Amino acid sequence: MINLDPNQKLDVEFMLEGLEHYHPPRKGWTWREAPAGGIDMGPFHFRDMSRPLKNSIGLPASKYFGHIDPQPSCVITTEIASGRFEDDLRRMRMAAWHGADHIMVIRTTGQSHIDGLLEGTPEGIGGVPITRKQIRASRKACDQIEREVGRPINFHSYVSGVAGPEVAVLFAEEGVNGAHQDPQYNVLYRNVNMYRSFVDAAEAKSVMAGAEIFQIDGAHNANATAKAGWLVMPELMVQHGLNCAFSAAAGMDKSLIGLSTVPPNAPPAPKLWYDLPYAVALRDFFSEYKMRAQQNTRYIEADIEEAVRTHTVDTLISMLTRADIQSTITPDEGRNVPWHYNNIRGIQTVKQTWAALDGIKELLTLNHDGPLGEMVRDLKERAVAFIEEVVETGGYFAAVEKGFFVDSAKYPERSGDGIARDGKGGVGAGSIVLREPDYFAPVCSHFGHNHVPEGLAKVCDPIGGCTLCVPEKIVYIDELDPGDSCDKRLEQTLPYRKGDLIRPEAEWAGDGTVLIQLFVAQSEDIAPVYAVEMARKMGLLDPEVVNTTVMHPAEGCFVEVKGKVAFDIDRTTLKIPVKEVVLPEQDLRDAVKQVGLKVVAGTVGEDEHSVGMREILDIKHGGIEKYGVKYHYLGTSVPLGKLVDAAIETGAQAILISTIISHNDTHRTQMRKLAALCLEKGIRDRIILIAGGTQVNRDMAKETGLDATFGRGTKGIQVVDAMVKVLKARGVL
Amino acid sequence: MTDERTARFEARREQLALMSDDQLKDRFWQMCDAAMAPIVELARTHTSPSIERSVLLRMGIDSISCHGVVDRIQEAGLLGKGAGHVVLRLAEKSGTDVRAAAAAILEQHEVLQGLF
Repeated sequence: MINLDPNQKLDVEFMLEGLEHYHPPRKGWTWREAPAGGIDMGPFHFRDMSRPLKNSIGLPASKYFGHIDPQPSCVITTEIASGRFEDDLRRMRMAAWHGADHIMVIRTTGQSHIDGLLEGTPEGIGGVPITRKQIRASRKACDQIEREVGRPINFHSYVSGVAGPEVAVLFAEEGVNGAHQDPQYNVLYRNVNMYRSFVDAAEAKSVMAGAEIFQIDGAHNANATAKAGWLVMPELMVQHGLNCAFSAAAGMDKSLIGLSTVPPNAPPAPKLWYDLPYAVALRDFFSEYKMRAQQNTRYIEADIEEAVRTHTVDTLISMLTRADIQSTITPDEGRNVPWHYNNIRGIQTVKQTWAALDGIKELLTLNHDGPLGEMVRDLKERAVAFIEEVVETGGYFAAVEKGFFVDSAKYPERSGDGIARDGKGGVGAGSIVLREPDYFAPVCSHFGHNHVPEGLAKVCDPIGGCTLCVPEKIVYIDELDPGDSCDKRLEQTLPYRKGDLIRPEAEWAGDGTVLIQLFVAQSEDIAPVYAVEMARKMGLLDPEVVNTTVMHPAEGCFVEVKGKVAFDIDRTTLKIPVKEVVLPEQDLRDAVKQVGLKVVAGTVGEDEHSVGMREILDIKHGGIEKYGVKYHYLGTSVPLGKLVDAAIETGAQAILISTIISHNDTHRTQMRKLAALCLEKGIRDRIILIAGGTQVNRDMAKETGLDATFGRGTKGIQVVDAMVKVLKARGVL
Repeated sequence: MTDERTARFEARREQLALMSDDQLKDRFWQMCDAAMAPIVELARTHTSPSIERSVLLRMGIDSISCHGVVDRIQEAGLLGKGAGHVVLRLAEKSGTDVRAAAAAILEQHEVLQGLF
């Protein structure tokens, strides 16, 4: 184990070294630690927060609050999927620094139909191929990242499809901490044969239970699939109930079973009137189970801000009810494979909402006496009636054959558009086999009938221990196709990760992706066509409009166009301004006091601007007065000679001039004249000369003969710092 | 169909309306358990190629070999014995470890004959 350096990029090649012998240092799920009495941070007391991180990046406004970065009490999920897991490792690190501790890796398209495990690191589409090497390298990276941020990271993927039990064993062996597992998902959305799906699921769940892997179900997919997601709520409760009941029967601990639940509606619908009663009803019925609150994706398309606003309300619903895990959705999910910086935006949405509404349940209570209570009761009765009808129909399989599930009408009404599956059909139909009386599986975490020979201390003793007990027995396969591997891809991106070449990125190292936002004063038909043409003329490759919002039918549109930058820039050719490190405030105050620092100041030339100088001087604006500097302000349009004379008269150690007008290079002329005048009067070596103005910059001091020059946005402390540094250099301090 | 279902629902609802919230919750879980009980029993008494491959994985056999070995065992009609059971029995019979037994099954189909 190494300590990551916050100033160094993650060394991806290092994460891939020695994987054949890498075993996870711990297994199982970890919750956050949230002290019951709340937490004090900066000037505030928080009621519903977990312990802060060792290293993190707070919300943009945190700089105004002593850089506090309150961490919600719930686990926060981010979903990561770029097709190249080696690039995702850096995304995971960024996400962890912003507060994610549940990292969910989406599988490559079609993996659920692959009959067995994949090996190696081929490139994926819309996700990554989940393999032993990919998991081991990712877990190894997470093991380092969690030390860097100071909080355990839960690594998560999917146990579904026709290789569920094998994937579950792989996850248990490799220390994966959470997984989706729901046999209904296979049946309804992946058309896996229903008998096969449930028989496999029991084994998978038993293996997950053995490794204390947290389970999330797949019911939320009904929201995303049904035409009117907000009407399927009674059925959703039943889907959750069936998976929970089956999981508990397969040996899972209820505290490690989570419901994947989404507030089903979105504005402009009156969201709260649907989503709140549903959230309450669900939490009432499933009080023993955990809530993984997901955000709505059903109605999110191209507009990132719209997604963020809906997700904020989703998080409000979590806080008004209960969320053990708050999932986040990248707000660009509706328009492209999520970009890494949008993972951070999703996390920030939850962090900002959670901080703003901290302890909301102590301030507000839900009014169960009004319509809320009636709606909650109505949903519960519909859900019970639904499951009663399932049982009366002949059970779950019979109900699926009749298309009970994912019907878009609110039960008991039916639209007849439910997903019906044939028990004899689907992937893997006819593949289950009856266990004979002497059936035997000499391994741990096995479910169901097992004719274990008598007198064994452990079921895996006949083979000298299974891989769950003796990890050294696991067979590690590195690559099956070295031509389609992370090593090959890493060679290509090396100059961007470890060399000097720079190109922007959104998914993969150096992918060149950029997004341009513009307003075009043209109609919806013309604006996007123009945007593509503009981007092409700017030199972007593959320009494509990802969002168009009409501001007015005739006046114009807001357009976002993405494209790829086709050139590299070498970092060594960039002129990076040297960062001036300001001395500590107390040191500055002490120095000012020691020499009794006094200055004369004024705006010079025929120039009536006074605001900038006052901000540098006045205590009210955090000016030099705040640090103990005494000043004598001579006003505007002050002749240089008057300033120099005043300095001599008052014994000031410095002259500060403001010069705004830059016409005919007036500002430079004034600055040069000031230096020449002081030289003439014989005081240049004991006076500090400083100029500032909107057209002035740090580099002008040298060419004009002054000690320091400042531009826009300068604060008083920087001016004090410059004066103290000159005094130190002259040996006065 | 919907009309009929709605009528049944209204009748059902008259009964449910008499229940307290706690009774309603209990009823929900009783029904979920009832719907799943026969399926849990199905899972307890059946196996599948993926389950058997997952057993071989846990025995320390690589993922690629697992595939072929389970296919051979299924062709020999022995999956109901448990693939791990078959491999273990062959290893004991031939005095090798389970990996060598798995390799033998892949190389020579006849090793499965007369094993049980």
